[in-house]
Amino acid sequence: MTLEKGVLTSIIGPNGAGKTTLVNLFTGNLPCDSGRLVFDGTEITRLTAHQRVRLGISRSFQITNVFQQMTLAQNLQLPVLARLGRASRPFARPDRDPDVQAEVESLLSDIGLATARDVRAKALPHGDQRLLEIGMAIACRPRLCFLDEPCSGMNPGERAQVQELVRKLTKMRDVTFVIIEHDMDVVFALSDRVIVMHQGSVLAEGKPEAIRNNARVKEIYLGEDVGA
Amino acid sequence: MDGWTTLTKAGRQTRLAAAAWAALAVALLTIPLFGDYVIWLTANMLILALFAVGFNLLFSFTGLLSFGQAGFFAVGGYVCALILLALPSLLLGVIGGVIAAGVVALIIGFLCVRHTEIYFAMLTLAFGMMIHSIIWKWRSVTGGDDGLVGVPRAPLEIPGVLTIEMADLARYYYFVLVLVVLGIFAIWRVVRSSLGLTLQGIRDSESRVTFIGLSVMKYRLIAFTIAGLASGLAGALMVPLGRSASPAIANWTFSAEPVIATLLGGAFTFAGPIVGSFLFYIIKEIVVIFTGYWMMTLGIIVLALVLGFRGGVVSVIQDRLLPLLARRHNDQGGDG
Repeated sequence: MTLEKGVLTSIIGPNGAGKTTLVNLFTGNLPCDSGRLVFDGTEITRLTAHQRVRLGISRSFQITNVFQQMTLAQNLQLPVLARLGRASRPFARPDRDPDVQAEVESLLSDIGLATARDVRAKALPHGDQRLLEIGMAIACRPRLCFLDEPCSGMNPGERAQVQELVRKLTKMRDVTFVIIEHDMDVVFALSDRVIVMHQGSVLAEGKPEAIRNNARVKEIYLGEDVGA
Repeated sequence: MDGWTTLTKAGRQTRLAAAAWAALAVALLTIPLFGDYVIWLTANMLILALFAVGFNLLFSFTGLLSFGQAGFFAVGGYVCALILLALPSLLLGVIGGVIAAGVVALIIGFLCVRHTEIYFAMLTLAFGMMIHSIIWKWRSVTGGDDGLVGVPRAPLEIPGVLTIEMADLARYYYFVLVLVVLGIFAIWRVVRSSLGLTLQGIRDSESRVTFIGLSVMKYRLIAFTIAGLASGLAGALMVPLGRSASPAIANWTFSAEPVIATLLGGAFTFAGPIVGSFLFYIIKEIVVIFTGYWMMTLGIIVLALVLGFRGGVVSVIQDRLLPLLARRHNDQGGDG
């Protein structure tokens, strides 16, 4: 399987198809039993998850994963510190580091949460926490970013916001997104390419229109007997 | 208007806190006026405070519960005692104790930080008890169950610069006070630093820390080593105070003291373990007058706090008492 730079790819498929497992293999959350992973000419099969992040692969999680006890600004400071190699400084205050501050402010305005910078993450509504997590994934300055169901549990207005954000970040920050999503409206509106998974393997892949008209894909989504 | 209310409230709380700190500083500096018993008691409180603040860096700020901190306390104490028995220089003894505790924490930490939660707690307990049995059995070096006695309170000596006699308990108390304050201040700076933010990230979500590109194990090991250094310093200060090192300071029951102090004062606050350490000794000294079962009484108090006031004493003051005071003041002043 090849993911191309600049091509926004969506991975779809029924529950249990192996979408999240695939992302876990790419990002190092699960070890590979066989096969090889090559990222931009570098073999990454044996690298740990955090080493892969340093190479430019980041992700968000299906279940919101942010630092609940920290403020929004702190949530974004940490990935920026990590990228700059300053996360282990034992006496330097992160909120007094001008490089970090500038970047955190720009990230906050990108995700539209600048007014909530000093609010603890746990006090935010679900949709805003999801946006924050995308912001944290972007703060790593990835070249490739996996978003695992970024719109899960969101209302239609928030979904539109996420789509807008993904489009904006693709352009402004030169990130290639790979998205797992169940909402077909989001998938077909955003994607350049769609990969359909079923029972652990790739069933079909191609442009969104081609996938929309693919008979096998319709079958697994609508039931085995359709068209028989 | 609301903004202003919050501001003045915050200002008042800051002033109250500043006043409390100033009162504490005056009290700590004048302690030697109250005689040897009070000096000895306060020195013990200070040492436990440093021990507990180090433990709490792991517990509240990294999310790791260690039951083996007494091991590092004992390494610091015994190495300090051995150095002082061979060579009467307090500074060498303390520095040697701290370094030894740090090295042992680094080695044991390397084996423990792969695990979390109960597995981590059990491993630290096991390694702590291993240190205890080494101290118990290695009679030729550690004195076995007799411990090391007659450890001198050697002079504080920096060759060519100064020599301060430390045999006097009051002088030694000031030495303890300065080092405990420095140690706690250093940990306070760490908590507010980039490193501290990383540790708190690990507490909130390990996987998130991994996926911003940091090695969770490396940072857990750093936190474990810092806590070990603090324990070692506390141990190295304790031994010259009582002029002896006994294997009891390596026992798992001694590891429970910083845990209890932290729960008493309040986890998830920086000052909690400090307040808790003072309460620990106050409760102990008061209860001992009436009954020998002081541990049981303490247990009941800790139980009540954990069940009723999860944040311990400090959070009760911060979240309930101070806002109450501020509100009353506002009602009277009419600026609310």
